[in-house]
Amino acid sequence: MKTFFLATTAAAALIASAATAQETVRVGIAAEPYPPFTAPDAAGNWVGWEIDIINAVCEAAEMTCEITPTAWDGIIPALVSGRIDAIMASMSITEDRLQTIDFSDPYYNTPTVIVAQNGVEIEPTPEGLAGLILGVQVSTIHQTYAQQYFEGETEIRTYQTQDEANQDLAAGRIDAAQADSLAMEDFLNSEAGACCHLVGAVAHDEAILGSGVGVGLRKGEDDLRERFNAGIAAILENGTYDEITSEYFQTSIYGN
Amino acid sequence: MRGTVTGSVSGAVRDWLRPHRIGLIALALALAVWAGVSMRWDWIPRYAGLGLEGLWRTLWLLGLSILIGSAMAVPLGLAQASGPVWLAAPARWFCTVIRGTPLLLQIWLIYYGLGSLFPQYPWIRQSELWPYLRQAWPYALLALSFSFAGYEGEVMRGAFRSVPHGQLEAGRAYGFSRFAVFWRIHLPQAIARALPTLGGETVLQLKATPLVATITVIDIYAVASRVRQDTFIIYEPLLLLAVIYMIIAGLIALGFRLLENRFTRGLGV
Amino acid sequence: MLDGLYSLWPGLEASVTLLSLEPPGWGANLLRGAVNSLIIALGAFGLGAVIGIFGALGKLGGGPVTRDLLSVYTTVVRAVPELILILILYYAGTDLLNQFLRLLGQRPVEISGLAAGIGVLGVVQGAYATEVLRGAIQSVPRGQLEAARAYGMTRSQTFRRVTFPAMLPLALPGLSNLWLIATKDTALLAIVGFSELTLETRQAAGSTRAYFTFFLAAGAIYLLMTLVSGRIFGWIEAHYRRGQAGARA
Repeated sequence: MKTFFLATTAAAALIASAATAQETVRVGIAAEPYPPFTAPDAAGNWVGWEIDIINAVCEAAEMTCEITPTAWDGIIPALVSGRIDAIMASMSITEDRLQTIDFSDPYYNTPTVIVAQNGVEIEPTPEGLAGLILGVQVSTIHQTYAQQYFEGETEIRTYQTQDEANQDLAAGRIDAAQADSLAMEDFLNSEAGACCHLVGAVAHDEAILGSGVGVGLRKGEDDLRERFNAGIAAILENGTYDEITSEYFQTSIYGN
Repeated sequence: MRGTVTGSVSGAVRDWLRPHRIGLIALALALAVWAGVSMRWDWIPRYAGLGLEGLWRTLWLLGLSILIGSAMAVPLGLAQASGPVWLAAPARWFCTVIRGTPLLLQIWLIYYGLGSLFPQYPWIRQSELWPYLRQAWPYALLALSFSFAGYEGEVMRGAFRSVPHGQLEAGRAYGFSRFAVFWRIHLPQAIARALPTLGGETVLQLKATPLVATITVIDIYAVASRVRQDTFIIYEPLLLLAVIYMIIAGLIALGFRLLENRFTRGLGV
Repeated sequence: MLDGLYSLWPGLEASVTLLSLEPPGWGANLLRGAVNSLIIALGAFGLGAVIGIFGALGKLGGGPVTRDLLSVYTTVVRAVPELILILILYYAGTDLLNQFLRLLGQRPVEISGLAAGIGVLGVVQGAYATEVLRGAIQSVPRGQLEAARAYGMTRSQTFRRVTFPAMLPLALPGLSNLWLIATKDTALLAIVGFSELTLETRQAAGSTRAYFTFFLAAGAIYLLMTLVSGRIFGWIEAHYRRGQAGARA
């Protein structure tokens, strides 16, 4: 009985320590590195454009935010089941996702591009990619798009992280990869990116590729959405957004 | 023989019809019906084709990795049980390393670790093997085979050791060659001793296969993940997947029980 | 001395730099992950042992319904891949717990990744521990229990003073095996994004593209953990086996 008593006390203590103040907003980011938006550094801190934006938005909206790394593959289930309260992980606002969760106003919008091995000279079209192997990250608009437009003629490889897709591109195990233009720019500028070149943007499909990246929220939590919207509007207004952006990118990434 | 079989069957049936069991079975059926009615299963027809392909890939990865792993386990076990030090030590290290580290890490080391070396050696891309090296399944098969060899090699070490020395000496006394002693006496005896653990090891190996989905191999688990991503349905694909794995594990257990009955009877172990 | 090695093996210097404990090295991240892995493994092993004791007692002395439900539990856990159990329990577990609390009129709790990881792996461990401990309890000689009964001990006294100490040495080999499984299963929490050793390794490898270096280093850390704990279990077994002559064949 003593063992049981000890174990229950320990479990109760764990749960008690797990319960934090209710007003903290747990902002989920992808636990897998997604430079230059979110990536851990050697000191164990998360850094990147999106991390700075999260901090700025939360400060402007006067919220206490706790950045919570969560597996990208399960980030929507984590939101729905209440492990996190918001998603700020470069998640595009799409019709599919809107059936399950809500989004704030967009806070950035960039095109979707194809990057290919040097020597693979193609157009970013279904005909151009026919017979090739294309890598995408799991649970992204790129995966949905590739499955919709390229699957069948093109072999689609699905990776858990964008880094791993890039790694296989450098290793030559895939011919091309489809991803966000800025994430790919970062890769192409790296040492490993010497393998590859930018092919161009894919034909736009609003229904799949969506209308920019927003904060993902549980359905019905309108108060929280309004606070995020106000925070985003505030940092756009007072110049913080542009200040942060200029540290990471040459051009504006807000779109329109 | 036949009498006892029918006897045990009717006994099993009677066993299942005890009052509390009928209650539990009714409860389970009610749960299943509730799940069938109130959860979403409309995605199944759309993904049935992909699912079968994935299931097939899971099964042949399982089968092939067990074959290759077992073939490796025999020399690994023999080297440790009765080999010279320069063979026994590396074999023991192989088993220790495989059993001492997570399979997930081994799979990633073999796939991404080896992959990160490719750009440094351009000749690899020119080689005949390159079309295979570009695929993900050879790495998955290699990692799963190594893993099975590591665990089963340890079992085989014990099995080779436990064959009574007298039997081997008797074989030599009859004028058998060293190879014949190994092939006719030592190996069959060791296999018969290792066989009872093989069913359990096979189920463990089955449970390890979904990890290959993390290196882009599309097994049954990867298909279920795709359903989750396409439809945003969280629990239903996972529950169906759990049921599928339970059925496969049940069939494996049943198969090995039949095999064991036959094999051990013939050998009189 | 290292300089000589570096000139022979150019990649080594880069690897040593990447693994050093101070940034730009990622060693501190790996160590933090290893500590998390150890905490989860310890918690899950402990929780599993507690579940296992009650499970084993339930299987041996419980009513028919308890016994059947426990069989369902151990069978399901031993047939379904841990990865799938972890996914189901990780998401559904929180959901169900909070719905249950809502039914009771309580406020929903927030479960940290650490608590969830321990809970999920503990449930998996519990199923195996149930079988290990049941086997051990069964092999305690009946005569010892009857003697205890004859001395007028109650059931719980018999368990605490006779059954438990007598079965422990018998259960140790199985438990030490379970501990090794617990340390290795923590790696699966990488899939749900808990920052234990494997995820920290994956992040470091992805950020630096030094996949080989980091996966090998993490492998070495895991190996160290299993070898050291194997040694510790060896000592404990040797300690308990003293004075238990003939307890093990």
